[in-house]
Amino acid sequence: MELQSLIYLFVGLSFTLYIAIAIWSRAGSTKDFYVAGGGVHPVLNGMATGADWMSAASFISLAGIVSLKGSDGGAYLMGWTGGYVLLAMLLAPYLRKFGKFTVPDFVGDRYYSDIARTVAVICVIFISFTYVAGQMRGVGIVFSRFLQVDVNTGVLIGMGIVFIYAVLGGMKGITYTQVAQYCVMIFAFTVPAIFLSLQVTDKFLPQIGFGSTIPFQFDDGIRMIESGTYLLHALDQSMTDLGFGAYTVSHGGTWNVFMLTTALMLGTAGLPHVIVRFFTTPTVKGARISAGWALVFIAILYTQIPAVAAFARINLIKNLQNVEYTKFVNGEAVHLDGTKNDGRWFKTWENSGLIGWADRNNDGKIQVAAGKAFEGPKGKPIYDGEKRGPNGERLTKNPMPSHNVSAQEMRAKGQMVNEVYLDRDIIVLANPEIAGLPNWVIAIIAAGGLAAALSTAAGLLLVISTSISHDLLGNMLMKDPVTGKSRLSDKAELMWARAAAIVAICVAGYLGINPPGFVAQVVAFAFGLAAASFFPAIVLGIFYKRMNKEGAIAGMLTGLIFTFSYIVYFVFLGGDKADYLWGIAPTGIGTIGMILHFIVAIVVSKFTPPPPQEIQDLVERIRIPRGAGSAHAH
Amino acid sequence: MNQEVADAYWKENISAIMKLLAVWFIVSYGCGIIFIDELNTIEFGGFKLGFWFAQQGAIYTFVILIFVYAKWMEKIEEKYDIHE
Repeated sequence: MELQSLIYLFVGLSFTLYIAIAIWSRAGSTKDFYVAGGGVHPVLNGMATGADWMSAASFISLAGIVSLKGSDGGAYLMGWTGGYVLLAMLLAPYLRKFGKFTVPDFVGDRYYSDIARTVAVICVIFISFTYVAGQMRGVGIVFSRFLQVDVNTGVLIGMGIVFIYAVLGGMKGITYTQVAQYCVMIFAFTVPAIFLSLQVTDKFLPQIGFGSTIPFQFDDGIRMIESGTYLLHALDQSMTDLGFGAYTVSHGGTWNVFMLTTALMLGTAGLPHVIVRFFTTPTVKGARISAGWALVFIAILYTQIPAVAAFARINLIKNLQNVEYTKFVNGEAVHLDGTKNDGRWFKTWENSGLIGWADRNNDGKIQVAAGKAFEGPKGKPIYDGEKRGPNGERLTKNPMPSHNVSAQEMRAKGQMVNEVYLDRDIIVLANPEIAGLPNWVIAIIAAGGLAAALSTAAGLLLVISTSISHDLLGNMLMKDPVTGKSRLSDKAELMWARAAAIVAICVAGYLGINPPGFVAQVVAFAFGLAAASFFPAIVLGIFYKRMNKEGAIAGMLTGLIFTFSYIVYFVFLGGDKADYLWGIAPTGIGTIGMILHFIVAIVVSKFTPPPPQEIQDLVERIRIPRGAGSAHAH
Repeated sequence: MNQEVADAYWKENISAIMKLLAVWFIVSYGCGIIFIDELNTIEFGGFKLGFWFAQQGAIYTFVILIFVYAKWMEKIEEKYDIHE
């Protein structure tokens, strides 16, 4: 079948499946809507948590980041998995025992203060919206690249799908849909990864192939790499030859890698849409086991990512170095061993603007090396409309110094000049085409990318709508001052939750269509803020009985304001790198925010009265697993 | 349930968490970040050891840690008879 029809078929099938599940698992009560009735099996809950957690960024961008950064990419791999250890040991079981629906529920009750609750609600909404905008954008990008519809139409279709199952099913619908989405996503990532592993190393499992030898020889432009070399040795050699520096050696500096890893770990443990997953298990024991299963399912993808990153890097050099552009993009080029080197993918992605080639030495051949191929912001090509150059390549308006050094002379000098711009998202999206895999594998990638983006978007939207209907309306605005209970009936609150979900979807869609120009940086924001606000507040609330509301509020505000201002100043207001505090990049600053939060909270609590007896009793209660029962509203 | 049992249970819980988090810290920060260069001098198969910890080994250890923790806690809770 044609590639295009296959893509429509797979995406269509997966969407039908999600909608069918949504109709089957409609929510009947607020408990269904907020925590799926509190009775989800730990393994299924772990799978759903995995899908919720692994976003478009994990699926599409992470392999590209690791491929680019080499050894330092470990910060992302360890940070985004290690957080689950903290979650399992320091947060999940106790929050489950606490037995309510949301993170602001815990902060508000534990610190007996509506100010604390309000700060928590604002954080939840801000963190979740920045995150969800990125997901919607991801949906739009997958649609535009694979289904050839406009990005905006793609976002609208994505909104429609999420609308059906999030609004109808709430947490119940989302949980069961996410189980299906996990399966689609992991299949879509693993199949091409296995194909690649077989191709590049003759080994079936990517995790093993990663440490094996390559069965082919290739020319990296400077020297010949012989077959039988270990994959990682081959990469180290050619990366060094081409001026990138060895792949398996850290170049980022221990300090910044340390800070980034910590911010990502603590941010993971503090993200509200992840925490809330552990309210859905039937028991405290279930919450612990569920965190373990979630990490198993995440690890299946996360241990493949660095392998795919390495395969892709070697494939790019092997396929692109010194290949004649015209022959290559017409599918007529061959490898050293005579096998076909089909480069039609290069043209496809050049047409969609994610690849650029400038023949700087006018030899008609492609050269890849370290350095920018194009002058200008981020080294991105700025295309000159549809104008084509002498080889048929797209022309750009970037000023670029050309030279007349032939490939032979460069080899003799041991220096290459880069001529190619590659968007990092290509590593996953175009990998199957680069490796010449069958069409149905490419179609699966499209369905997998959508599953990753939609599952995360739905989880985030649910957290937003719950914050509005439950925390803001139910527990604050509509609270009866006499009884202290919500004046909303269960039915009315459910209606508000659905209404809030609709509004949230529309706002997210708007942000997806009109991205505020900083979608790439939201990661720093969401993780930094979660690490500096929720993680310390919750941990202190459980492990330090003496912590009172004054300390908690002071701590949260310190962590938040510090982290927020640092990121805004250096990311959006053009702060100079030279002024970084102790050289810490904005992505890692959440770590310092977190430390400040702990210090301020503890110091302030020492000078203010201890929390009332009933709060200390509450802390005693959440520490003991017996008597968890199911989650309840009041 | 009396306060002494609760306190003893909590103490044992904290000590279990501290031991497991020590392992967590050693495999990720220790092997994968702080001592990565030193460990990279050791190779097995095609992997440099530090690099392997940062991109594979730490993740496997994390998974094992959570399941060990869940089992361990179950035992402690049965000992103090406060399991669900």
